[in-house]
Amino acid sequence: MSQTNFEPKIVGFLCNWCSYRAADLAGIARITHAPNVRIVRVMCSGRVDPTFVLKALSLGADGVMIAGCHPGECHYVDQNYKAMRRYHLLKHTLHAMGVEPDRVRLVWASAAEGQQLAEAIDGLVADVKKLGPLGWSQNWEENGERLHALEEIINEHAEAMEVHA
Amino acid sequence: MSSASGAATAAGTKPKLAIYWAASCGGCEISILGIDTKILDVAAAFELVMCPCIMDGKVRDIEQLEDGAIAVCLFNGSIRNSEQEYMAQLLRRKSKVLVAFGSCAHEGCIPGLANLHDKQAIFENSYQETESTENPQRVRPQTATTVPEGTLHLPVFYDTVRTLDQTVDVDYYLPGCPPESPKIWEAIQAIVAGNLPPKGTVIGSDTTVCDDCKRIRNVKKVKQFKRTWEIIPDPEICLLEQGLLCCGIATRAGCGALCPQVNSPCIGCYGPNNDVHDFGARLMSAVASVIDADNPKDINAIISQGIPDPVGTFYRFGLAGSLLRRSKRPAGSDGGH
Repeated sequence: MSQTNFEPKIVGFLCNWCSYRAADLAGIARITHAPNVRIVRVMCSGRVDPTFVLKALSLGADGVMIAGCHPGECHYVDQNYKAMRRYHLLKHTLHAMGVEPDRVRLVWASAAEGQQLAEAIDGLVADVKKLGPLGWSQNWEENGERLHALEEIINEHAEAMEVHA
Repeated sequence: MSSASGAATAAGTKPKLAIYWAASCGGCEISILGIDTKILDVAAAFELVMCPCIMDGKVRDIEQLEDGAIAVCLFNGSIRNSEQEYMAQLLRRKSKVLVAFGSCAHEGCIPGLANLHDKQAIFENSYQETESTENPQRVRPQTATTVPEGTLHLPVFYDTVRTLDQTVDVDYYLPGCPPESPKIWEAIQAIVAGNLPPKGTVIGSDTTVCDDCKRIRNVKKVKQFKRTWEIIPDPEICLLEQGLLCCGIATRAGCGALCPQVNSPCIGCYGPNNDVHDFGARLMSAVASVIDADNPKDINAIISQGIPDPVGTFYRFGLAGSLLRRSKRPAGSDGGH
């Protein structure tokens, strides 16, 4: 389903203390990476509620990156372990909903790892490009048969409506 | 009371009440009748113009009413075909206050789990694959059939089950599968007294089932999730701490913690609490944080062994109303032709 001109929209939730600084460092060091990620800074990867990821996907994101401090190095002691547990549980559910596993990724990047973060972004963008657009809201669009059927019912009942008028 | 117009002359000035069902099981009506003899007070306060479960109201009579003529409509059931969508639109137009009554109308409930499939797969299963079905000619329901008298129509079956507020504008929500009778009575009293909260309010508590649960809570660390048949739980201690995936932590209070009281984990029928966008996400967030493992391998082992059906666990009552609404539709599926 890959498209040649498809540029995926990726939402990135980056923690304030490590990963966002890694992104800063990548910028300062002029490391080039794919420009597809829209970064949202959160105080900790443990702040990333699964709701954030689901909302991004349902509103048009093709992929989501969650990035935090390495395990054992969390500014809030162990909240990135909670992020890890939530991520794996969320992936388990997303898999059952038919979302390809490569669209959502958890990345660890310390403040010194601008290069690693840039590579992780490139990797995610390349993988999502291969998968193609997600277009989740199209999943609940009905075809024209629905509107036609509603019209039919209204026409059939029109007689009753006319009595009142 | 077979005709709304006939009843209107007899009952004069009483405000009109409609109770309707779409894709639902009828449990909501049973729960309304569960208010017991107070149903006579409801009959005294309202003129019941439609309730297909217990009386012979006609759609035509509703169509003939002025717009906004019905004071209150309690609408239960989700929307899964064109006839239900038409009735939702009709009752919305004719009712001053439209209440999404019960889990199906509120968040999709069990019918919403059909959103794991599509129309084609559901028809294939129902009309072909089930053990008791013999259908060598592969007959399927048609939406239009021509007979000598004209063309007969059946409702169009949708690919995706929708909640009431994904279909029409909704004023209030009454959660629960079904809403508990005392809560229904409270809501009816509030409506009669004109003591209504702001539009869009979910009429109910703003706390969780845990607050109503008497069990002793200590530290939650789970190494293995268990199914209900695997253990006989201790009657005093928090069920989640014993490894049963109890949804009470994320579920709105209102039932009185009925299930945990009888040693059965909460399954989440009262839906999300206030300000929660996605019940399943909130529940996943809470459940994940009690998993007692620190590396992906162990975490995944606990999850895959203990939660084999994540959608049925986290979205049992709320899939249609969730952020994702349904599973990914098979490529090329466009409504099931």
